[in-house]
Amino acid sequence: MRRSLLTALSVTALFAAQAAVAQTIYPVDRAEILAGSRFDLKVEFPGLVARDRASVTVNGRPIAEVFGREAEFIEREDGQPASSIMLRDATLPATGVYTITATDGEHTASVGWQVYAGGQRQARNVILFVGDGMTVANVTAARILSRGIREGRYSGRLTIDDFPQMATVGTSGVDSIATDSANSAAAYNTGHKSGVNALNVYPSRAHNTLEHPRVETLAAYVQRTRGMSVGVVTNTEIQDATPAAVFAHTRRRSDYIPITDQMLASGVDVLMGGGSASFLPQGTPGSRRRDQRNMIDAFRQQGYTFAEDAGSLAEAAAQSGTRRLLGLFTLGNMDGALDRFYLRRGTVERFPHQPDLTEQVRAALQVLERNPAGFYLMVESGTIDKNNHPLDWERSVYDTIMLDNAVRVAQDWARDRNDTMIVVVPDHTHGMAIIGTVDDNRPGEAGRDHVGTYAEAGFPNYPPADARGYPPSVDVSRRLAVFYAAFPDYCETFRPSLTGQRVPAVRQGNVYVANEELCRQAGAQRREGNLPRNEGSGVHAVDDGILRAWGPGSQNFHGFIDNTYVFRGMAEALGLGR
Amino acid sequence: MAGNVATVTRRALLGAPALLLPAAALAAAPERLGFDELYGAWSVTGLRFSDKVKRLDGSSITMRGYMAPPLTAEAIFFVLTREPMALCPFCSSDAEWPPDIVVVYLRRRALPLDPSQRIEVTGRLETGSWTDPESGFVSQLRLRDAAFARG
Repeated sequence: MRRSLLTALSVTALFAAQAAVAQTIYPVDRAEILAGSRFDLKVEFPGLVARDRASVTVNGRPIAEVFGREAEFIEREDGQPASSIMLRDATLPATGVYTITATDGEHTASVGWQVYAGGQRQARNVILFVGDGMTVANVTAARILSRGIREGRYSGRLTIDDFPQMATVGTSGVDSIATDSANSAAAYNTGHKSGVNALNVYPSRAHNTLEHPRVETLAAYVQRTRGMSVGVVTNTEIQDATPAAVFAHTRRRSDYIPITDQMLASGVDVLMGGGSASFLPQGTPGSRRRDQRNMIDAFRQQGYTFAEDAGSLAEAAAQSGTRRLLGLFTLGNMDGALDRFYLRRGTVERFPHQPDLTEQVRAALQVLERNPAGFYLMVESGTIDKNNHPLDWERSVYDTIMLDNAVRVAQDWARDRNDTMIVVVPDHTHGMAIIGTVDDNRPGEAGRDHVGTYAEAGFPNYPPADARGYPPSVDVSRRLAVFYAAFPDYCETFRPSLTGQRVPAVRQGNVYVANEELCRQAGAQRREGNLPRNEGSGVHAVDDGILRAWGPGSQNFHGFIDNTYVFRGMAEALGLGR
Repeated sequence: MAGNVATVTRRALLGAPALLLPAAALAAAPERLGFDELYGAWSVTGLRFSDKVKRLDGSSITMRGYMAPPLTAEAIFFVLTREPMALCPFCSSDAEWPPDIVVVYLRRRALPLDPSQRIEVTGRLETGSWTDPESGFVSQLRLRDAAFARG
């Protein structure tokens, strides 16, 4: 059904030849729009157009008639000699195929949209777990380290291994095959494709990053139409791309201060992560603001209970009156499991009482379940990606185990309810692969001499996982050999970075060069990068991600899906658009 | 090259009196301040300057660190960081400076140095929130009238 509708939308192929000179229409061709969801309809004309010459129709009817109000005509957008038409917060309540045609009297362009709705509501709640940058190798290594493997059989399974529904996810955006977390999370949260660095907007020609055509998020939709609660839990800064995609609209993901202000306006009920720096007034050391607003106080005034460590979080969540909770546990990104539990690196000594993602999820569920109308909760282990970028696979794998542990908390909570769908998905992948082991006892001086492949790889000798599910040490004599496909100039050390997150390359002028500290390690091998020299770390892969789903509504996920279908699957499980 | 110029300046400042008046020179020698000593308390709701920083406010001090890549070609200051900055476009943004940075205003303009080269900076410590009028960059700790050398 879904596929045949998409095929029917190919009307625009007819107009492709004119695209270079004709107007641009947002939402773009082949957009899939949830019935009743809000979106900004924007038409950008390539030059100046007289108001009476410009016209936009929907299935042949003028937009004022279709949407019940006039669109704004902007003769000179941003002072440039180019006109635009903008209709903010448009909605189409009826399902079907729509053809939008824009003309300036000479040139005509057309796009096709499909407006869809869900069926019967199957899930009261939806929990979306995003393993940022979580690659197949992350999951495999998590299983090896956390559960152990002997004679080819794993000694246990991850929680996500038992999820019945799986799909491969295409992650590309409107502008590029290669996505970033903003673009990808925007697709999950709106069902619209977006562009690199963009959060819940179509990248248009607007100069102001906050003025691009916006599309409504799942969070805003379920708050507005169902009275549901919304939660955002992450171990990165709460303004980082994936968490911000639940509630923010901007062309530029690094707009941390506007994102913080939008967070307050969004009314999201539960917010947890790092990133307090963007909440503190400018005069406070540690602040990143350029104004005197104390956003923690602003949240308190809106009825949020504030928690700053694991103890105060558990306490706040346990109080039956807590309906709104803001938990900020570090100034920047939170520390990952390897540093928090074992190596005590990163900012662990400064912020020793950060909650674990499992504790964050437990607290979020405790607060959100107080709303009988249900909730949408997004949980991110963003540090998987933060560690895959600098080729620090051990840290990324520990934070994959952390994600799996957090999924177990949610599944245990939901198991007997039969009203909650859980989706676990990466937003993109990395070129990461496990190819064998590195054994210090193999002969040779160079690190590569210690790499064992095929039969020589054998099995690694990590100690068994502790009660938390992690091996207490990664510094073992026979460890996984993990390599990344894309890298800057760097020195491969063939061993874990015990002193803190790996720094493969450092900037020198306008380029990145290998970090010589790593090159000085015994057995290190210099590798000439395969990325442009202005890249200082590994990059995202275009490879599909693997989605796993469990619970009512999850049967919609199978085969290959576009990232926009993650949104649609959630919307359909919640019976939205009816 | 910039480092050499700065080294000469610092020697001229510090070395000459030391020859004449060893005791006085010792007393006047800039006190060292480590990145670990900047803040006495770290909390989600803000940092507090250490007692040492409060005591040294207005005095000449020396710090070791790394020169972060310049914000703009015209910047008249640079950011001194504890570790070499390795900014990655998708895991960091310009908004993501670590909190424990020190902004350095040089006595004389200098060319940017290799950010992986450790340097030693001497200048007058200034504390409190301040916005650079040209760039809008907000800092809590600054070294004024500073000079640096490879170190």
